[in-house]
Formats: sequence, C-alpha cells, structure tokens
Amino acid sequence: MNLTIQVEVNGKKHKSTVEARQLLVYYLRDQLRLTGTHIGCDTSSCGSCTVMIDGMAVKSCTMLAAQADGCAITTIEGLAKKGELHPLQEGFHQEHGLQCGFCTPGMIMTAVDLLSKNPEPTEMDIRHALEGNFCRCTGYHNIVRAVQFASAKMKEMEVASV
Amino acid sequence: MIPSEFDYIKAKSIDEAISLLKDGDAKLLAGGHSLIPAMKLRLNRPTKLIDISRIAEMKGIKQEDGELVIGAMTTHYEIMTNDLIKKHLPILSQAAELIGDVQVRNKGTLGGSLAHADPSADWPASMLVTDAVIVVAGAKGKRAIKAGDFFTGFFMTALEEGEIVTQIRIPLPSANTKSAYVKFMQPASRFAIVGCAVVVTGNGSIDDIKVAFTGVSESAFRDTAVENALKGKKADTETIKNAADQAAEGVSILSDHFAGEEYRKHLAKVYAKRALTEVA
Ligand SMILES: Cc1cc2nc3c(=O)[nH]c(=O)nc-3n(C[C@H](O)[C@H](O)[C@H](O)COP(=O)(O)OP(=O)(O)OC[C@H]3O[C@@H](n4cnc5c(N)ncnc54)[C@H](O)[C@@H]3O)c2cc1C
Ligand code: FES
Ligand code: FES
Repeated sequence: MNLTIQVEVNGKKHKSTVEARQLLVYYLRDQLRLTGTHIGCDTSSCGSCTVMIDGMAVKSCTMLAAQADGCAITTIEGLAKKGELHPLQEGFHQEHGLQCGFCTPGMIMTAVDLLSKNPEPTEMDIRHALEGNFCRCTGYHNIVRAVQFASAKMKEMEVASV
Repeated sequence: MIPSEFDYIKAKSIDEAISLLKDGDAKLLAGGHSLIPAMKLRLNRPTKLIDISRIAEMKGIKQEDGELVIGAMTTHYEIMTNDLIKKHLPILSQAAELIGDVQVRNKGTLGGSLAHADPSADWPASMLVTDAVIVVAGAKGKRAIKAGDFFTGFFMTALEEGEIVTQIRIPLPSANTKSAYVKFMQPASRFAIVGCAVVVTGNGSIDDIKVAFTGVSESAFRDTAVENALKGKKADTETIKNAADQAAEGVSILSDHFAGEEYRKHLAKVYAKRALTEVA
C-alpha cells in the first residue's frame, strides 16, 4: 500500500509517496537523501538514527514514515544556521566528542532534546539522557564535555541577546 | 530490516478503531516501540495497522472523582513529567524514568505497554500496587478490568479479540502513603530483569502494604508472602530483611542468558529489600 505524507523536514515542506511499511530512517536517507541520519543497528538499540520529531528525540528506525505525517522533523543537516555551527556541533568539535563520527548525528540530536528540556544539565543528567546512544570509540567522556560546552555556549548566547 | 507489507490507517476515534479492528488480521499501532521491532524481525506480520496514537480522547492525564485518569496513548515521557502524577502517584514518575531511554520514553505508551504484557515491562508492577483499573472498549461495549485480573500470563492479558485499552484509572492514595519502584535492568535494552514496586500506608506501623514484581516470572505478580510478613508490623531493618527473604518463593522463575533462575530469585529478594527500605 502506498500513502501520501506531508512532512516538514529542516524547515522545508515535502509531500511524498511512501510505502506503508517504509521506515522513517529510509525515507530520510533514500528518498530525501539526508544521509546524515545513520543506521547503526536497525534494532532500536544504538540511537544513531535519532531525529527530532515535533521537538522530541525519536529513533527513526523504529518509526514508520507514515507515522510522521503532519510532523516537523529536524535532522542533523538542519542544525547549522546560515553556515554557523549549532553550539552542540561546535562543542563536539572543540571537545573532541567524536572519533569515527558514526554515532555523532544521533548523539547530537538526543542532546538537542536534552538541552531543550534542561538547558543546564549536570554531568549525571547528560549521561542519563544519552543512555540510548551508543559510541564504540570515545568512551563517552568527551561527549559529555561537548554537551557541557554547548550548554554553556547557549547560555552565553542567551545572555548576549538579552 | 523491513516489515512485510501491510495497509496503514490512522483512526480518528475509539469507535472508528473498534470498527476497523473487526478485520481479524488488523493490529493496533500505538507508540510502535514493541510492535515495529517485532514486525521488522517478521515475528509479527499483520496485514493492516490501525494507528491509534493520535486519538485525542485517548491522550492526557486528568483528575476525576478521586482518581487519576491516564489516557492509554499517554507516553512514558508525559507520565514522567506530569505534575498530577508527581504529586499523587510519584511511583509512576519513578518507574517511567527507568523505562528504556529518552527516545523510547518519547514514543512508547502506557496502554501499548500494558496490552503487550511483556514479562520484563516496567508498568505492570506499578499497576498492581496502585490498584489500577484498565478500561477497555470493544464492539460489545466498555468494561473495567482490575490490574490484578489483567495480566494473565506470558505476553497474555484479559483483553479479548477486538478490544482496545482506552484508559487507566488509579485511585488517589491517602495522605500517609509511601511508594517506591526499583529495578535491576538488562544493561543493553534496559528492560527489567527484576522490578519491584511497593506501596505502603501507615503511621509508624504498616497498616497496608502491596508488593509486586515484574521481570521475575511469566507475568507481573503481587507477592503476598512478603506483604503478610510486614502487615501490622513496624518496618525495622530486621523485619524488612525477613520479609524480603520470602520474595519470589513458590512462583516459576524466568531464566535467560542475562540472569538464570537462581540469580533472578536472589535479585528479587535484594530488590524487595531495597524497595522496602526506601519506603520504611
Ligand atoms: C530499545 C527499547 C528499550 C525498551 N526498554 C523498555 C524498558 O526498560 N521497560 C519497559 O517497560 N519497556 C521497554 N520498552 C518497550 C516500550 O516501553 C514500548 O513502548 C511498550 O512496551 C509498548 O508501547 P507502544 O506504545 O510502543 O506499543 P506498540 O508497540 O505500538 O504496541 C504493542 C502491542 O500492544 C497492542 N496495543 C497497543 N496499544 C493498544 C491499546 N490501546 N489497546 C489494545 N492493544 C494495544 C499493539 O497492537 C501491539 O500488539 C523498550 C523498547 C525499546 C525499543
Ligand atoms: S539504527 Fe535505530 S537505534 Fe540503531
Ligand atoms: S565516534 Fe565512533 S562510534 Fe562514536
């Protein structure tokens, strides 16, 4: 069965035909060619496929494209604005929050969810929030620092804009 | 991994979902966080999915006639962060926070979890100790099922074919009530290897106590031996230890490569002690 869905991805509206069984991650990667969202395990475990749907982090390998009909989706490609890295992207760069980089888009999207709900998380808050994201390289310490960097930077930006 | 083919329909109301469900091969889709993984592995091959996750009358949390009423499509995250829940039934916020991870809590629903009745799911233990009533609707009308009658076995519930869980009603606990949910989790999926829920009322000594386990046996269960060992007593360290030592006796114990039978039973006693100590 084919369906028509309407979604907004990174601010751009799309009307697409998808198979009912099409998983959201394949729709994003294969149909929209947004390959920043990765498939690590395909069994709902690793979090590398995480995207934001209406402001909530979701594993896009565990959701049908059809379920996203009418939703606003943000992928890693949608974070940088006008060529300026998002504070989380900058944080991962500055604090060496990645080695191979495979887990990074999912880590960052889950951290976006965290910082939107809890702008000044403790180290434990960060570790708890990233429980659904696996990294096989870094040992997590620098990932935590990257999120702390972003939290501080976002606060600074807020203060500056007041 | 891609599921086998199916038709997908978004239901707008409970009535519409009930009538769509008359097709025997159809299945309800809530948060999809148990069903979609099973469909990807082709353990489940429904020919039609009825998406009920956006039915407004099945969402949200409200207080009504001395009860909290939770719509079946309320997500784990919504329960974890809801102020009414934090105030009246903190055991549910505590349990919600221990489910899976952020992404799972953002999608998975209370109703979906109860209907699925995974023996390692967290919710069933809390439902048993809070006297929850599960309201279901079907072609023959509505009925209310006590949590104690709802979980009937390994992935089995009292739901009949064509019935939908629509809401969960939980009486507001009295002022002198304390509760706790503690869990030993499978390190990767974070499902409960042992989850222990306790609700106790009393001042000084224990007037009433309910203790339930999930993850330990084929389905969640109340442990009356532990309860009886505590009723009417003062919850000191010695009494708690003796009561906890009686946990999970006389039930069949699950065994898998994460925790064999003996270890699981041992964990049940350890976690009973931790939960009881938290409320003492
Ligand atoms: C990585 C991962 C980790 C997890 N960890 C945990 C954990 O630690 N603890 C835990 O408890 N759970 C855990 N879960 C399971 C998660 O909580 C599921 O979301 C939940 O068990 C099912 O809810 P759902 O809304 O996703 O239901 P679905 O997957 O949509 O549905 C599950 C089943 O219930 C049926 N159903 C759904 N809604 C209804 C209804 N209203 N009436 C009748 N039948 C219905 C469906 O037809 C289906 O058969 C985990 C899942 C994943 C993917
Ligand atoms: S690819 Fe989705 S969780 Fe691993
Ligand atoms: S940087 Fe390689 S998996 Fe995280």
